[in-house]
Amino acid sequence: MNAYVGTPTSRVDGRAKVTGAAKYAGEFAADGLLHGFVVVATIPRGRIARLDASEALKVKGVLDVLTHAHRPPLADKDEAWKDEVAPEEGSPFRPLYDDSIKFNGQPIALVVAEDWETAKFAATLVHVEYREEQAFATDLEAGRSKAIEVKQPLKPRGDAAKALAGAAVRHEADYVLPTEHHNPMELYASTVVWDGNGRLTVYDKTQGVQNVQKFLCSVFDKKVNDIRVLSPYVGGAFGSGLRPQYQVVLATLAALALKRSVRVVLTRQQMYGLGHRPATIERVGLGAKPEGTLNAVVHEATAVTSRYEDFARNDTGWAEQLYKSANSRYSHKLVRLDVSTPCDMRAPGAASGVCALECAMDELAVALKLDPIELRLKCYSDRDQSEDLPYTSKQLRECYARGAEAFGWSSRNPTPRAMRDGKELVGWGMATGVWEALQMPVAVRIVLTANGHAEVSCAASDIGTGTYTIVAQVAADTLGLPIENISVKLADSTLPQAPVEGGSWMAASSAHAVLGAAEDIRQDLARLARAMPSSPLAGVGAADVILVDGTIAKNGDKTRAISIADAMRHGKLERIEKQKLNHFAEDKSHARNTHSAVFAEVKVDEQLGVIRVTRIVSAVAAGRILNTKTGRSQIMGGVVWGIGMALHEETMIDHRFGRIMNANIAEYHIPVNADIRDIDVIFVEERDDHINRLGVKGLGEIGIVGVPAAIANAVYHATGKRIRRFPITLDKLLA
Amino acid sequence: MINFQYSRASDVADAILLLTAHPGAKLIAGGTNLIDLMKENVEEPSRLIDISRLPLRNIEETLDGGLRIGALVPNSDLAYDPLIEQRYPLLASAILAGASAQLRNMASVGGNLMQRTRCAYFYDTATPCNKRTPGSGCSAIDGLNRNHAILGTSTSCIATNPSDMSVALAALGALVHIAGPSGERTMALIDFHRLPDDTPHVDTNLEVGEIITAIELPPRGFARNYSYLKIRDRLSYAFALVSVAAALELDGNAIREARVALGGVAHKPWRSLEAETALRGQAATTEHFSRTADLLLQGAKAQAHNGFKIELARRAIVRTLMQAANATPQSQAHKKIA
Ligand SMILES: Cc1cc2nc3c(=O)[nH]c(=O)nc-3n(C[C@H](O)[C@H](O)[C@H](O)COP(=O)(O)OP(=O)(O)OC[C@H]3O[C@@H](n4cnc5c(N)ncnc54)[C@H](O)[C@@H]3O)c2cc1C
Ligand code: SF4
Repeated sequence: MNAYVGTPTSRVDGRAKVTGAAKYAGEFAADGLLHGFVVVATIPRGRIARLDASEALKVKGVLDVLTHAHRPPLADKDEAWKDEVAPEEGSPFRPLYDDSIKFNGQPIALVVAEDWETAKFAATLVHVEYREEQAFATDLEAGRSKAIEVKQPLKPRGDAAKALAGAAVRHEADYVLPTEHHNPMELYASTVVWDGNGRLTVYDKTQGVQNVQKFLCSVFDKKVNDIRVLSPYVGGAFGSGLRPQYQVVLATLAALALKRSVRVVLTRQQMYGLGHRPATIERVGLGAKPEGTLNAVVHEATAVTSRYEDFARNDTGWAEQLYKSANSRYSHKLVRLDVSTPCDMRAPGAASGVCALECAMDELAVALKLDPIELRLKCYSDRDQSEDLPYTSKQLRECYARGAEAFGWSSRNPTPRAMRDGKELVGWGMATGVWEALQMPVAVRIVLTANGHAEVSCAASDIGTGTYTIVAQVAADTLGLPIENISVKLADSTLPQAPVEGGSWMAASSAHAVLGAAEDIRQDLARLARAMPSSPLAGVGAADVILVDGTIAKNGDKTRAISIADAMRHGKLERIEKQKLNHFAEDKSHARNTHSAVFAEVKVDEQLGVIRVTRIVSAVAAGRILNTKTGRSQIMGGVVWGIGMALHEETMIDHRFGRIMNANIAEYHIPVNADIRDIDVIFVEERDDHINRLGVKGLGEIGIVGVPAAIANAVYHATGKRIRRFPITLDKLLA
Repeated sequence: MINFQYSRASDVADAILLLTAHPGAKLIAGGTNLIDLMKENVEEPSRLIDISRLPLRNIEETLDGGLRIGALVPNSDLAYDPLIEQRYPLLASAILAGASAQLRNMASVGGNLMQRTRCAYFYDTATPCNKRTPGSGCSAIDGLNRNHAILGTSTSCIATNPSDMSVALAALGALVHIAGPSGERTMALIDFHRLPDDTPHVDTNLEVGEIITAIELPPRGFARNYSYLKIRDRLSYAFALVSVAAALELDGNAIREARVALGGVAHKPWRSLEAETALRGQAATTEHFSRTADLLLQGAKAQAHNGFKIELARRAIVRTLMQAANATPQSQAHKKIA
């Protein structure tokens, strides 16, 4: 079971992607395809007083302009609009439903034309007048006093407020993180193919085809077989594609209205009207005894949500996993503003909350005159304190040790501004990362043919993380076939069940589903092999039969083997098909997490404040790594994003207009090549016999967590300036 | 984007004719700025006059020992031209500090001079902006103005000119060659861009119907003691918060001639003859360079979010002049500041 698993196997879809053979949602063709262009609102709150499309309709090539007043029926119950991952509280957004405006950039009309340019031009001729009835608000900090508390799963322990007040050494501060947008490279797009009789094939950019399929069926009151959703390739999504996005509703609406195939592609600017990482104010209070053990942790997050849905994630609970303290209190508050509902974005909650916690720990270490790693080791928790559970595995100590060694941490001069390189101040900072190891039920179908080829299929999406490759690796190993003989089909709603791809759960979940179906195939093959005349496997129990090198063999004795092809031919079977839904056994006896230790070196020009991140070491403990190549890429991607979060990313809103003013990737800064130097990823060996059969935990999000804090801490170490408002731009250092 | 007509100019005279015949028309060269603005409905030309195939792609030596650069020379070709690299490395450096390799391949010299401000309100037709819609108001003055100007602002507009190339050209004392309905004329580059005053919608002194045909560089290239330093929010591919083009001629440690131009701080490349004159005959020291910075930044005015630019510019001026004096120009490939 390890010809491929655990090796740096190249992406099986790599060639298709770099040669352009891979097709994305906006690239599928259809006869007579029409193109929709979205008209969006330019105010954050109010009503459409008048929407005049008459001029647009006169343009040659324009077929229709859909609006709330002119469209096919849409479901009117909230329940029908609640997709698999919709927030529990609230009323989901419904595009073109009525005349109300809930956020700037909200779609209010769809111009449908024979070609995209015509639709785009005609969209400029749609005249809209608004009624602005109530005052609007988009500023989190101004609305902080109006925050409402949401229910948090974590109960307080002890009396944190009292313990904090009485602590010998105390650190309390606000850390402010701005709104961020995902900006996946691929634009949001849907191509809806009209198959006749109201049946639709929908190519959509999404992280979950079955989620979109069910959603469309309920919104448009369709039967299961009427709509099929596919998303074979996704050019990044990072959480923005977990919920169905409005373009798929609009494209479907237009296809139903006109009984034609329709494509809708959003512009980059329009994508700033989708979900976002909410701006948050993270208030962290830490109280310690003089020798450096914690006695109080208070973490209160205040985050933005929309006025129509309460979106909240776990920003604050992470200290329960990481640091021992007898007293703790966590709370999460929301400020409802006139913005679109936030959504998951890589390591939702943790990316922001752990950033604040880890900056605070660094500040506490300074106050205690302790090395930052030493403080973390003094507070190290072997149990998840909220549930008082041990971990299935936790090699975080090893992460600190291996990371520190690779980074050269022992030669750090603890005094800020003490290390320099010419005109640059040098700073070394570190932080801990933590994420959940989740797993979900997934079903997989394997069809093995007598020519020794297997097709593995599942509805799961590969959003660029490498699901195609992992599924192929696990199938090749468990079926004893070369990886070239495995073909993987994903992201088609008619394929076996899978949840949305997110939360870092897909690697473990899909791998074990493959394991389950392959196991059934092995049983069948064992039976076939034993039934052959003078079978070398006669008398070998099913449990002792393995599949290896295209044969059915006795475990430990490869001489007793029969080729799979021979066995199937003898049994007169052209194919064996097995489908299996894998459930993970429920186990409430352990906590499941991935961990990391992140080390950062920054160089800051002393006079000009220009910051360069010259080195990052990320030591990750995440169980068994299925593919060290795609795994490393995933962590590097997280690190790059963490650098962006620390230094660059910020959605700028002019609160007078309630408008995003940098809705493009020229002015919404993400790191470019010049901002990225050395990134060293270390996978710390972590054997885990509890979590699942393969000992896999998942790597999707852990790569970003802790990175912004490590950089912020390094900037402090370099300059002696503590910047608690992200991103850390040079004006803040010069101030 | 709105529908528009398209014509291809057969020569410069034809371009001028077309421009005069079609009042709402615009020239298009590389299209890297104009097309973006058209997609945002900020520019809505009734007609595009394509000049990209006109024979304005030569770099020629002039009789007095300078260079004449055709208006359609791509930014990349210009930056990597051996004559430019050897004789005007300040210009090559400034160009390479701008945009990305792909954009520089498309962008023309003329288009670069004519590129419009990156003020976010100018780009967003849902907000007031005097430059886009005269008389509608300036959203930046009481809004997000971290990137805006500190020098030469008016109560109508506080936008900056985003070009890096123009900053070096200003320092080098370049001339702009212009052809129009009433013939040809030349103008000093420093007089080409305007301050906003109460007509911020007029960026330059180019008249209706006129076209830039070439840029001329005087013989003095400052090839030994120069530097272009661009400070921005990430290490590449971002517009300048502040940039400085410095060029010196030294006699031992004494300054014989000095040029300093600033980018990212005003509606045009910013020079101060007073500051440059004061440097002549002085030693190349931090103290004298600080004085240069003071003179250049005289009258600087901060808005709510861009006050940092004044101190940043002051420090960047001193640093860049030092780089120039030490003949250690800022590398555009290596991001450590020399
Ligand atoms: C993402 C991005 C980042 C960028 N970053 C930078 C940067 O860091 N620094 C920087 O300096 N620039 C930067 N740029 C701007 C870039 O330099 C300009 O877009 C480019 O120089 C414009 O040249 P063009 O030939 O494409 O002009 P076009 O877009 O074709 O034209 C621009 C304008 O010039 C006019 N015009 C063109 N040629 C002539 C002529 N011969 N006579 C009269 N008028 C003419 C046109 O009518 C039009 O109004 C960036 C651009 C982008 C898109
Ligand atoms: S600064 Fe100039 S360009 Fe910007 S909003 Fe004001 S008038 Fe418009």
